[in-house]
Parts: sequence; C-alpha cells; structure tokens
Amino acid sequence: MKPIDRQFVQENLTELAGESLYIHLETTNGAYASHKDQSFFSAGTFIRNVQLTFLHGKITGKGPYRMGLETEQGWLYAEGLTDWEKDEEDRLLFAGHDAEGKLAIALELSKKPFPK
Amino acid sequence: MEEHVLVIFPHPDDEAFGVAGTILSHTQAGTPVTYACLTLGEMGRNMGRPLIANRETLPEIRKNELNEACRLLGIEDLRRFGMRDKTVEFADEDALQSRIFDMIEEVNPSLIITFYPGYAVHPDHDATGAAVIQAVRRLPEGERPTVHALAFSEGCEQVLGEPDIVYDVSEYSDQKMKVIEAHKSQTAGVIETMKKRFLEEDETMKERMSTERFWTYPI
Ligand SMILES: [Zn+2]
Repeated sequence: MKPIDRQFVQENLTELAGESLYIHLETTNGAYASHKDQSFFSAGTFIRNVQLTFLHGKITGKGPYRMGLETEQGWLYAEGLTDWEKDEEDRLLFAGHDAEGKLAIALELSKKPFPK
Repeated sequence: MEEHVLVIFPHPDDEAFGVAGTILSHTQAGTPVTYACLTLGEMGRNMGRPLIANRETLPEIRKNELNEACRLLGIEDLRRFGMRDKTVEFADEDALQSRIFDMIEEVNPSLIITFYPGYAVHPDHDATGAAVIQAVRRLPEGERPTVHALAFSEGCEQVLGEPDIVYDVSEYSDQKMKVIEAHKSQTAGVIETMKKRFLEEDETMKERMSTERFWTYPI
C-alpha cells in the first residue's frame, strides 16, 4: 500500500459510482487491547461482502482521511484512512495504520465478492 | 515419551510463543507432531514493518509463514481448517467439535496441546480450547488422550493454581526465536528488541524463551 493521494483516490472513487460493489469494512483495536490495558474499552466491527451501490463518494481531510459514500437509502462513513492501493484485481483497498503501522480500519470496494 | 502429539490452535503464531520449545522437544525425539491451525489469522492488525501486507494479501503471506514455522519445528503434518480469524466462537459448535473429534480418532494422539478455555484471552483461543475439550469428551473414558492446556489471562493462576507441567526448553531457545521470527508479518516490529533482550539476559525474556508452562486439563 502507499500513502493516500487524495485527488487520485477521488478520481478512482468517482469511477465506481453507480456500480454494484462488494464491501469489506472493518475497525479494530486488536483482541489484546483490554488484556494489555484493563481500562481500555475495546470495540470493533467487520462486515464482509455486503453489497452496495453508491450514488456519489467523496474523500476528505488532510490525512488521515475520511470517506463518505451516499447510497439511495443511506451512507457509508469511514475515518482514519492513511494508505491505499488498487490491486491487480482492480479492487480499491483502503486502510488506516496507526503510528506503529498496525491496522485500525479497512475499507475495501470490489466488483467481485471477496473470498470468505 | 509421547507416541503422537496433536497441537490445536486457531492462529498461525500461536504455536510460536508459548509452545515452540515443547514442540521441538517432541519432534527432535522423533515423536510425530500434527498441528491443526483453524484460521490463517486473516484479521491480524500487524501488516509487517515496513508494511508488506494488506487485508487481502495477509492470508497468503501468513500461510507461507506458517509453512516455514512448521518446517523449523519439524512438523510434517499441518492441517489448515480454513476458518476465518475472529469467527471461531461463532461457528457451528457441533460441526467444529465433530471435525476435531474425527481428527483425534484418525491421529490417535497420546497428548493434545491447546488453549485452556476461559483463560486464553482471545475469543478464538477460548473457543478452540472449548471445542477440543468437548471433542475429547466424546471418546470413552480411558481412551482419552492427555490434554495440556495453555492459559495466560490476567489472574489465571489464582483460579487454576500453578501450572503442573513446567518444561525447561532452554536448549531450544534459539530455534524458538527463529520460529517466532518466521511469522515476519506479525513479529517484525518486536523481534529485534526480543533478541536484544534475550542476549542481554533480561530475566523476563529469558524466562519466556526457556520455560513453557501447561495445565493438565481435568477431562
Ligand atoms: Zn492467537
């Protein structure tokens, strides 16, 4: 992955508007967060291969970046995005890595389902 | 000496930290070790340092790391269950127990090593340990293998007491460090510090690399 280039990402995002997409969306602070620090409140989520079509999508911020995708019925929102790549399967992969390089958030868009 | 050891954990690298020395002591004595690894740690937060993985490439990278770790450990029978990291506790319990039961019947181990359910911190660890215990209990009494369980939750010794199995694995410390290092995507950020602390004879690190502790599970 490489650091997000906002303008370039915006162009790639705009190209996907109106397409039927599979989404992987995830936030995590790690299964050991509360083990290492008992006062830490651990929360996280992931959803994989939910289908969605967005009307328009935007990336904002100065880095880490935010992304919002407006759909017919609602929204997808993500914050803390730092890196991205378009992989060889033409999937748009975004991630947010903390100062130690650990993944805190992932947002991925693909025209084909991700492997389960 | 054991006849056959069956190790059952959910994540690649679970076999590295608390168990590698014990596994090496078995394989080097000529005892076959079968390792069932339920997931590929697909949802790990560590992506290598510098970053070498993303969420989609991580499984393949960790699969290769797992193969290399098994090679270093002398494990010739690796079984990947193909489950997804973080989902073991939500899987169909009966189906998972049956799959483990079938494997136990086939491998016929004299010893099983797994996590101590309820005292292994990660929900996948606890769920794996629980499924193994239930699978073992399907065997008739008297035909059940010994189960050595790994516990490390905060305060677990207050409930479980001191571990009854304590192995000195110091002769395998260097090899154990290599096994930990083989899980590069997960350990690249800490391995140099670990090695340095070990060489400097830091007490905690020396203890971690040379002593492995288990509780015999009351089956
Ligand atoms: Zn684990």
